[in-house]
Amino acid sequence: MDIRLTLSLVILVLPLFGFAVQLILGKMKTPADYVVDPHENPAHDHGHHANTADAHTADHTQPAADAPHDAIGTVTHDIHTAHSDHHYDFVVTKQRGEWTPADQKRAYSLSWISTAIMGICLALALFVAYKTISDPGDATKPNYYPKVQASTTWMDFKDLSTSSIKQSYTVTLGILADNMAAIMLVVVTLISFLVHLFSSEYMREPSMHGGRFNRFYAFLGLFTFSMLGIVIANNLLMIYIFWELVGLSSYLLIGFWYERPAPQYANKKAFIVNRVGDIGMFTGIMILYTQLGTLELTKVFDMLAAGHIPFGSNPWLTAAGILLFCGAIGKSAQFPLNVWLPDAMEGPTPVSALIHAATMVAAGVYLTARIFPLLTGDAMLFVAAIGAATAIIAASIALVQTDLKKVLAFSTVSQLGYMVLALGVGAFSAGIFHLVTHAMFKACLFLGSGSVIHQMHHSLHHLHDHDRDPQDMRNMGGLRKKMPVTYLTMLIATLAISGIPLFSGYMSKDEILAGAWAFRNISPTFIANAVWIIGYTVAGMTAFYMFRMIFLTFWGEPKASDIYEHIHENPRVMVAPLIVLAILSLWIPFGANPLNPGGGWFLSTWVKTPINVTPAAVQPFAGMAHEVPHEAAPEAKPEGGKAEAMAPFQETIEHEVHHLHSTGIPGVASLPALLSLLVAGSGILLAFLLFGRAGAKGQQVSWEAPRGIRAFLFNRWYQDNLYEKIFPVGLTLLLMKMLAWFDQNVIDGIVNGVGSSTVLLARVTAGFDTYVVDGLVNLLGGTAQFLGLVMRQIQTGRIQTYVVYVILGVVVLFFAFR
Amino acid sequence: MTHIGLPHFLTISAILFALGIFGIVTKRNAVMLLMGIELVLNAANINFVAFSRYNVLGVPLSDSRMMVGQMASIFVIVLAACEAAVALAIVLNIYKRFNTINVDEVDNLRD
Repeated sequence: MDIRLTLSLVILVLPLFGFAVQLILGKMKTPADYVVDPHENPAHDHGHHANTADAHTADHTQPAADAPHDAIGTVTHDIHTAHSDHHYDFVVTKQRGEWTPADQKRAYSLSWISTAIMGICLALALFVAYKTISDPGDATKPNYYPKVQASTTWMDFKDLSTSSIKQSYTVTLGILADNMAAIMLVVVTLISFLVHLFSSEYMREPSMHGGRFNRFYAFLGLFTFSMLGIVIANNLLMIYIFWELVGLSSYLLIGFWYERPAPQYANKKAFIVNRVGDIGMFTGIMILYTQLGTLELTKVFDMLAAGHIPFGSNPWLTAAGILLFCGAIGKSAQFPLNVWLPDAMEGPTPVSALIHAATMVAAGVYLTARIFPLLTGDAMLFVAAIGAATAIIAASIALVQTDLKKVLAFSTVSQLGYMVLALGVGAFSAGIFHLVTHAMFKACLFLGSGSVIHQMHHSLHHLHDHDRDPQDMRNMGGLRKKMPVTYLTMLIATLAISGIPLFSGYMSKDEILAGAWAFRNISPTFIANAVWIIGYTVAGMTAFYMFRMIFLTFWGEPKASDIYEHIHENPRVMVAPLIVLAILSLWIPFGANPLNPGGGWFLSTWVKTPINVTPAAVQPFAGMAHEVPHEAAPEAKPEGGKAEAMAPFQETIEHEVHHLHSTGIPGVASLPALLSLLVAGSGILLAFLLFGRAGAKGQQVSWEAPRGIRAFLFNRWYQDNLYEKIFPVGLTLLLMKMLAWFDQNVIDGIVNGVGSSTVLLARVTAGFDTYVVDGLVNLLGGTAQFLGLVMRQIQTGRIQTYVVYVILGVVVLFFAFR
Repeated sequence: MTHIGLPHFLTISAILFALGIFGIVTKRNAVMLLMGIELVLNAANINFVAFSRYNVLGVPLSDSRMMVGQMASIFVIVLAACEAAVALAIVLNIYKRFNTINVDEVDNLRD
């Protein structure tokens, strides 16, 4: 087997090994060791919001103002050494376990095994990426073929070929290595490594990990394993298996603080919402499998390219693509399944960085990229529309959020919408590019917010304040003086996400916007125009809300000076990941010229748009009469003359993007980039005017409930409320009522009917018994009695009578036998 | 003057049998019943003797064949004597128990 595949397998298995080590060797406190007072709630649970705006979390919590601040168990007092005055008790309020300082030390040392494993994985992933990207690949094969892949047949159903396509059904397991997978390997292992590092400090306090420090690391390892499985799988079955594992790991990690009600609610919500999307994905997989008999992606694409369409109909192909994309809708929190991700912020902040910014939600985009060749034009339009809707909805919600992590959460959803939008408009490499850059700067932002929140916790705990929310930006302000490294790294990441030149986000976002613009130029439909306009609008909104966050958190005067007093910069192990990620948010890892993303190595060589294998009639831009520039045709082409008919669409879009890049100021900024800069700049300016400049009105602390349009946005367009009305309340209640009716009328009817008919039958049987059976018996008896009565008259007891009978008998016999 | 033949014997026997039966049927006294029985038995004896002399067609049989019927009738006479002895003993016992020999009154087994 190729060294890259071997190493990929090693990279896959190592985190699982870490998972096992942490689970087996780690000292776990059973929940029975902890007594958590159900009436006592952690302070940062939004409990003190005066309104019902944050209904979903607030409903589950109550203000903790009356909670005695010394409710913490005696143990935590004992074990603190370096941070003896910094313990905080918002997770486990009453701790009576035997969690000794020795346990703590052991758990802490053990956690470094996992961190070291992730470091090894990162090194191996870098090597694999280097080997893969430097490999020119096989130019004779269609470009959706990975550089190298290996499969083994797991199951082979030779005799089940009953469909219209006569061929065997096989289930293969296999892994691949291509540029996209290799880059994702690096991204996942890198972020995971940094999160491991960050968590060693962030989760260190027993009140943070609740005696489950090693379990936290085990879950991180399990999650990394699942995500890496998706990345290197070369067939839909394995993707689906690891997909579900990712869902499981996210469930475990979001609900890590299961003592509190809000994470319990959030992890269930994430899990269930994801299942909704997975049903669609499963259906899509089954459509392909029943019709094509294989789940290996290259084989699927080969068969589609050869004209074996599911059910021989293009709409079915479109449906298969959209259904597979449904999985991505769930996992990547696309509209309409975008509701779970913001709630998932109930997990520990490093978890948010790992699974809700960089990797898990990237799985959906990655899946869409993997199945990209089989998306028809309609399916891609659907993808683009979903992406655009997600981007605008989430961005608009992020504008008014007051919770630091919530801003980032909605920002994540919005950026994921961008990536999906990019794939939908055919800007494939731009979408993947943005996936990578976003992973870096969003992980940086989340870890940065974790850094801030960590200090806020410390400070609030020091003040014995259980009332104020450590995540609320209205308690922050002016932190840049206290936490300069956190501030600078977060500022760099914010500049990146806003799409400012010299930072990575500019390159990827500009490329996406150019793609949307090109898409609109080629097919100026309503949706294409809407996608284009939304793309630019969201760019401005992103810049606005991100800088609003920076201004509210780090600028201005401290809004709560007592908290501010006790804020310090975090230890090195926490800020080091921030610095690494901030450096990776600069332009330099992705291209030499910060102003020319198309010339960067990522777009020019690393990731190429795979050819579309759908029939020519349903390919994107199929109906558009557009000149196909032949000189731009990629070198990799499938054999035969089919290539001409198969490949025009990505050439069209690439040509148009190229054309757009030559507009504006050539070599410095193209027209899409200029417009994007303008929009982002005005967003930042607006944010500065409203929140940044000294004495800005937005800096004034306002605890009133938002009103009007702000309330609408703050409450997430009432999407959750709507879903709650529709699904749990409306649909489920309706279903319950229907089922109750069914139960009462049909089931009970059947039961009662059975009962009644049994009674009826019993009556009939009783009648039969009484009148027929007993009648027969009585008849017999009666007959015998009657006969006895009759015969009795003969038995007179007188000899004479008997003699007469004898005589008569003899006479009779005499005459009878005469 | 007709020759005395089988029919005459049979007629006498039948008359005697009928008288015996009449006696059995009509009399209530147990002793009278026994007497009726004796008549019936003797009617049978006459038949034995008659049929030892003649065959069914009335043709006289040889002497050597005559002894069979006569022996049978003597056997019946002996048995009749025994029967009378036993029956009288029973009658005596009935009288002792029921204080009557009227067979109409001795019907305890009926109910």
